[in-house]
Amino acid sequence: MRYLPLTPDDRSRMLAAIGAKSADDFYTDVPKAARLKAKIAGLPDHQGELAVERHMTKLAAKNRAASAGPFFVGCGAYKHHVPASVDMIIQRSEFLTSYTPYQPEIAQGTLQTLFEFQTQVAALTAMDVANASMYDGSTACAEAAVMAARVTKRKKIILSGGMHPHYAAATRLLCEAQGLTVAQLPVAIDGEGALASAADGETACVIGQSPNVFGTVTDLSGVAKSAHEKGALLVSVFTEAVSLGLVIPPGEMGADITAGEGQSIGNSLNFGGPYVGLFACREKLVRQMPGRLCGETVDADGNRGFVLTLSTREQHIRRDKATSNICTNAGLCALAFTAHMTLLGGKGLKQLAELNHEAACELADALGALKGVEILTPRFFNEFAFRTQVDAEAVLAMLDEAGVVGGVRASRLFPDGHMGDVIIAAATECTTADDIAAYAAALKEII
Amino acid sequence: MSMQTQGRPTAPQAASASTIETISGSRGLLQHEDLLFEIGTPETTGVDLPAPKGVKSRLGGAVRKVETGLAGLSEPQAVRHYMRLSQKNYAIDLGLFPLGSCTMKHNPRLNEKMARLPGFADIHPLQPQATVQGALELIDQLATWLKTLTGMPAVAMSPKAGAHGELCGMLAIRQALIARGEGETRKRVLVPESAHGTNPATAVQCGFIVDEIKANKRGRVDMEDLKSKLARTDDIAGIMLTNPNTCGLFETDIKEIAGLIHKAGGYFYCDGANFNAIVGRVRPGDLGVDAMHINLHKTFSTPHGGGGPGSGPTVFSDALAPYAPVPFVVKDEDGLFRLVEQTEGDAKDSFGRMVAFHGQMGMFVRALTYMLSHGADGLKQVAEDAVLNANYIQARLKHVMTPAFEGFCMHEALFSDAFTADGIETIDIAKALIDEGYHPMTMYFPLVVHGAMLIEPTETESKAELDRFCDALESIARRAAQGDETLKGAPYLAPAKRLDETRAARKPVLKWSPPEPEKIAAE
Repeated sequence: MRYLPLTPDDRSRMLAAIGAKSADDFYTDVPKAARLKAKIAGLPDHQGELAVERHMTKLAAKNRAASAGPFFVGCGAYKHHVPASVDMIIQRSEFLTSYTPYQPEIAQGTLQTLFEFQTQVAALTAMDVANASMYDGSTACAEAAVMAARVTKRKKIILSGGMHPHYAAATRLLCEAQGLTVAQLPVAIDGEGALASAADGETACVIGQSPNVFGTVTDLSGVAKSAHEKGALLVSVFTEAVSLGLVIPPGEMGADITAGEGQSIGNSLNFGGPYVGLFACREKLVRQMPGRLCGETVDADGNRGFVLTLSTREQHIRRDKATSNICTNAGLCALAFTAHMTLLGGKGLKQLAELNHEAACELADALGALKGVEILTPRFFNEFAFRTQVDAEAVLAMLDEAGVVGGVRASRLFPDGHMGDVIIAAATECTTADDIAAYAAALKEII
Repeated sequence: MSMQTQGRPTAPQAASASTIETISGSRGLLQHEDLLFEIGTPETTGVDLPAPKGVKSRLGGAVRKVETGLAGLSEPQAVRHYMRLSQKNYAIDLGLFPLGSCTMKHNPRLNEKMARLPGFADIHPLQPQATVQGALELIDQLATWLKTLTGMPAVAMSPKAGAHGELCGMLAIRQALIARGEGETRKRVLVPESAHGTNPATAVQCGFIVDEIKANKRGRVDMEDLKSKLARTDDIAGIMLTNPNTCGLFETDIKEIAGLIHKAGGYFYCDGANFNAIVGRVRPGDLGVDAMHINLHKTFSTPHGGGGPGSGPTVFSDALAPYAPVPFVVKDEDGLFRLVEQTEGDAKDSFGRMVAFHGQMGMFVRALTYMLSHGADGLKQVAEDAVLNANYIQARLKHVMTPAFEGFCMHEALFSDAFTADGIETIDIAKALIDEGYHPMTMYFPLVVHGAMLIEPTETESKAELDRFCDALESIARRAAQGDETLKGAPYLAPAKRLDETRAARKPVLKWSPPEPEKIAAE
């Protein structure tokens, strides 16, 4: 067994040193009826690398990779190019096979990259402080909502009508479990602004998303102002981190807390995970934040160093009074984010955002020019919704036959709505002019 | 002959490493490295992107006003930056990582290779299901392994880490109680005082109230205390119990505990963090468990990555299975796999959705690769070797350190600080291990043992590695018993000395800020 170094001889010598006859002696506390003598039935025996690789490769071959052709799927995860050196960096054993940095003397590598990550996220979102990551954007959003309730000591959470339904579901679930009430405005492509009149004196926070699930970008400054007048917070959510290179960021809109998905920077699509949740807030709220925080300090020699800090918020110290139950987060995905952001730099990020926006504008022009296509998203970054008057599932299936993965049908996300003919399509720097031409040509044949 | 013969052969000279100062701040192979923001500029970039064409904006004026100003680096600079930082980290690939309750085992490289196949890494969670049949089949296969190994009928795959799995299990319990019409009355969850902090934190996150139960002198649940806590039953939601527990011991009375909880009308949540001790040897389903999360990043070898990502699939008994979250994969009669994403039809009783998309696919690929590699026969050996290694450490060190409890342990050996001289603490022993080239054990946990030292070697250590580790720890333990004050200054040989955590928390500096202008002018 290639992962087990003990030899039969080692085992018998060790058993002798311990004073045990066999491994069975270690399991005598197990109730007799539950002790399995033989290996568990119904599962195969061990296999060599070659056989396992064959099995897995066969499964992988049944999936269509995003890079295999024109690909326009977004809605919370985006096909971006990840520089080769990012994957090399996260495969360094010292990052890949280390643990949460509880022993800072031998974890300065991880800690310094977390400090860089927090600095980058704070700058990207234009917020005061960021934490060292959450599981993903949706769980970060849920944590933001319950944090707002802690901060304001109020119980009402209001969600916009353009929020990603998975984010809304995750948020509703956690909030309701904690006795908070959650109200959502009617589903609307351009509905974030309606949050401005939603808050009342009992509202903990309003949560708006920009760009929202239909791609609509919205300046939530007015929403922030009206929420603050009622003593409520603005939580601003995003699923496309690259957008912040160009689109007004949460801090500039007056958001108190922001939660977003960082997958777009440094991380592959991975069929939905692992991703990296970004979480940032105003400085005065820092002691109510969930998750790990890395802070600067000095060591016994007076040299700069970094440690996990403000742990009195966390489960391993505060137990039932912790701000969250989160422990393991998304460390390596945060490192991928940081490495990619480092390669981009501020200027590169802006340029990347511009390329994304331009690709989406060109896609909208090409599709919008077709008879029967109506572009529904009024202002967008790299994603928009459109309507064809034909059932979207059928359209996407026919596009697939033409080799084009055309986007997400809105009815998959909003099964109860009246969006049967709506498709949400995203374009990124990976989208070529040929891809756009292929999409338009195929769609023209279908509708 | 070596290259050395081409020039003058070197010979050792007498000098102590600690007395040598360097101009660069580097020390030999260990390079000094400033923060990215101190070496890069916003104009520097390590990517070559085409120039934007200047298409008319459709952002409708919702544009960023102040640029990020984030520093960039060229590729060679970036690679060196992170390479240099990496060398300040300890890692499993470097040596034994005996962090108790964390199961730091070898992470097979085949797992990494498989996870990077474009058919897994480059597929989108919302692309048409007909184009991801292999991914859904993989999730289904992994689910089958997990259900079979635990003897449980259902599994939720979407939880993102262990604590998220706990949340999943407790939300299912909450939903089951609501379905019984007892959601408002059954709020009390029993949690042993030895539990991992996530247990009480999770219970509270789900709206429950935590009631602590004591440990007995043998490191197990105190049955008398448990029974007294069950004197009243109509408010009992359930129990959260780790098994094997955080003392590294199997809960002897587990079936009786399960019976008492069920009789009280509650559910049994088992924290599966320590599943590595029993995988292939004991099925939690045979013990009366209703829900249990499995840390794929522990038992099933997916890498910890310096703090994640993890993955925490949660198995359920028949009693809780209907309330499991969406999404889940079903296989239809036509042989096609399908995701159930809405709480209707097959999932009408589900408590809902915890997270966007379908779980940690990248971790699923690694875990299934590992399971196929080991097979049913190998996994049984995994548990046995993990337990053997821990008992070997306990046997080798029990003469110089104080085992917390009598008898054999499971996959981790637990010691108290009773053997140390006055003034020497657990942290001093832990930090001295760093100088010997090891990551310290888990310290001061579980809370029920004074100055706890929890050592989990895992099965992927050879006897020679264990002996080397035991030699080092034995020597440190003797010094601790003798009151060797030099231990207080350890580590001496690490990339950093002990860090001032009080200062970090007092006035938190959580991000880099540019130096103030007057300071720059003065330089």
